[in-house]
Amino acid sequence: MSVLVDEDTRVVVQGITGGEGKFHTEQMLDYGTNVVAGAVPGKGGQEVAGVPVYDTVDRAARAADADASVVFVPPAFAADALFEALDAPLDLVVAITEGIPTQDMARVKRAEAETDTHLVGPNCPGVITPGAAKLGILPGNIFSSGNVGLVSRSGTLTYQIVDNLTNRGLGQSTAIGIGGDPIIGTDFIDALELFEADRDTHAVVMCGEIGGQDEEEAARFIGEYMDTPVAGFIAGRTAPPGKRMGHAGAIVSGSGTGTAESKIDALEGVGVPVGDTPEEVADHVEDVL
Amino acid sequence: MRLHEYQAKEVFADAGIPTPDAQLASTVEEAVAAAETVGYPCAIKAQVHVGGRGKAGGIEIVGDESEAREAAESIIGMDLKGYLVERVLVESAVDFTNELYVGVTMDRGAGRPVAMVSTRGGVNIEEVAASEPDAIAREHVDPAFGMFPYQARKAVYDAGVDRAVAGDVASILRTLYDLWDERDGSDAEINPLMVTADDEVVAADAVLNIDGDALFRQPDLAEMEEEAAEDDLEAKANEYGFDYVRLSGNVGIIGNGAGLVMTTLDLVDYYGGEPANFLDIGGGAKAERVTNALDMVFSDENVDAVVFNIFGGITRGDEVATGINDALEQFEEIPKPVIVRLAGTKSDAGMEILNTDLVQVEATLEAAVQAAVAAAQEVSA
Repeated sequence: MSVLVDEDTRVVVQGITGGEGKFHTEQMLDYGTNVVAGAVPGKGGQEVAGVPVYDTVDRAARAADADASVVFVPPAFAADALFEALDAPLDLVVAITEGIPTQDMARVKRAEAETDTHLVGPNCPGVITPGAAKLGILPGNIFSSGNVGLVSRSGTLTYQIVDNLTNRGLGQSTAIGIGGDPIIGTDFIDALELFEADRDTHAVVMCGEIGGQDEEEAARFIGEYMDTPVAGFIAGRTAPPGKRMGHAGAIVSGSGTGTAESKIDALEGVGVPVGDTPEEVADHVEDVL
Repeated sequence: MRLHEYQAKEVFADAGIPTPDAQLASTVEEAVAAAETVGYPCAIKAQVHVGGRGKAGGIEIVGDESEAREAAESIIGMDLKGYLVERVLVESAVDFTNELYVGVTMDRGAGRPVAMVSTRGGVNIEEVAASEPDAIAREHVDPAFGMFPYQARKAVYDAGVDRAVAGDVASILRTLYDLWDERDGSDAEINPLMVTADDEVVAADAVLNIDGDALFRQPDLAEMEEEAAEDDLEAKANEYGFDYVRLSGNVGIIGNGAGLVMTTLDLVDYYGGEPANFLDIGGGAKAERVTNALDMVFSDENVDAVVFNIFGGITRGDEVATGINDALEQFEEIPKPVIVRLAGTKSDAGMEILNTDLVQVEATLEAAVQAAVAAAQEVSA
């Protein structure tokens, strides 16, 4: 088992005719993902990597019986693409696009709340269930199948920690990159809830970073509701206040909220060991499994 | 993207929010002439992107021409918390009885905009929020509908604003919300919103920060951008389009992806070193970008050694290796030791390309950071 995606997930790629859309469609197909359709306005009738393209998500989803989408649409048009995916409706929408205006995302989030769709991202690497399917841009070869669930705000840091896990023989059930933006769809708590309900996830790695209060809220959730053991990592211990560290959401505010210290304290307070290094995270996972 | 006070006031005034009479000046003579026009008493206010300008000596109230000249001479050209003051706003002083605060921002936890009103205007609102959270009335707005009139009234009455001006303040709050919404604001604030003895309400200061990701659809605001970088290297990073933050240590850090670069900084600290910078080359960087990144970090005189850590997803190891070679082969002698760790997409191809006479290669992140910390300590010893 796994969460969000498996070998039966049927995927529409929104923006499949663009450079990134095309490249990653090929990569997803190579990994064994069921990419069944593309959706690009005005490009209906074309084919990309053998995948038929439709003018609308609705047509693509109906013609190919799809239940998920991956979005590579440029920022200026991305919110519209997300509304379209939510309206189709689909079970899962993974938004890879970086740089979507925050107010657009507030409206998308508002629309998502009225659906049963899981929106992952934006500005994220995607979701992968090793050996079954990947939706997004994650490098498939570093993952291995197993019982560790992983949820992370960062892309390459996810790869680093997965690499540490895989090298120890600690395979993954599903890895979810939730994205580095201030307003995102699926958050830590949503992902933890999914992993807690998944019989084949025996431990969870939660990989957070400075900015916002999501890790603190996730710690409260873990303390109250989770039996599955969780190991943590928090990036940005040395980040100075008031400076945006790459991700739009990764900033310690001038008044001192969003610090790594507060997040580490919250997690350790509910018994979640927080690694000082990625290697130590793998140690902690080994300890609890 | 931050606007200057004078720019924000133009936007606010266009939307119908009352602001004091004012003129912009960039020389002492212009400032004195402006003071004569707007009349005394007036305020001379430094136009720089710095909070707490008053306390730092960047704002003075003057009562006549000689005071105006003296204030303009001291403020124009001054260094205000690291920023050179090139312009001042000369503004009619408001004779106020009361100072309020109104603001709109995005509550990222709630995923919704929030409007705020307080009767504790004129002071640092973050301090009020920390010490007396109940002194600020908050109203979350549904972005699908915008702010309803009743929400503005509710916030204003809940904050305890004087009944005589409550209607005007509520109307200003709605205007502020609408312009925040239409102009892709990240923060819009009036602090203080001054109340006069005859119950008029005037925006004595104005803050309008715009979402940088939305500038493509706010072309007139994008033109106002005058973001002065705090230091030369940060300015250079802006040119190259790098996410870069300069720090005070001696271990230079380059990597791909915000979370991984932050982690590399943390590990430098963990292994006893001090990070000199945060530099994220982003996803899918080509060789030239890699070369630029190394050139930048080399040009920071504080840097004694560099750790270059790449875990490729959409970034390819062969491109990175070519970029590192290009950067280093231009030197007769490598200026600073470079420790490289390449993993992920095309890292094997990258390892074949990489000129290992010029760099030290490590297989893991932890080993690479430890080697860089040791190299930096050796150089600085």
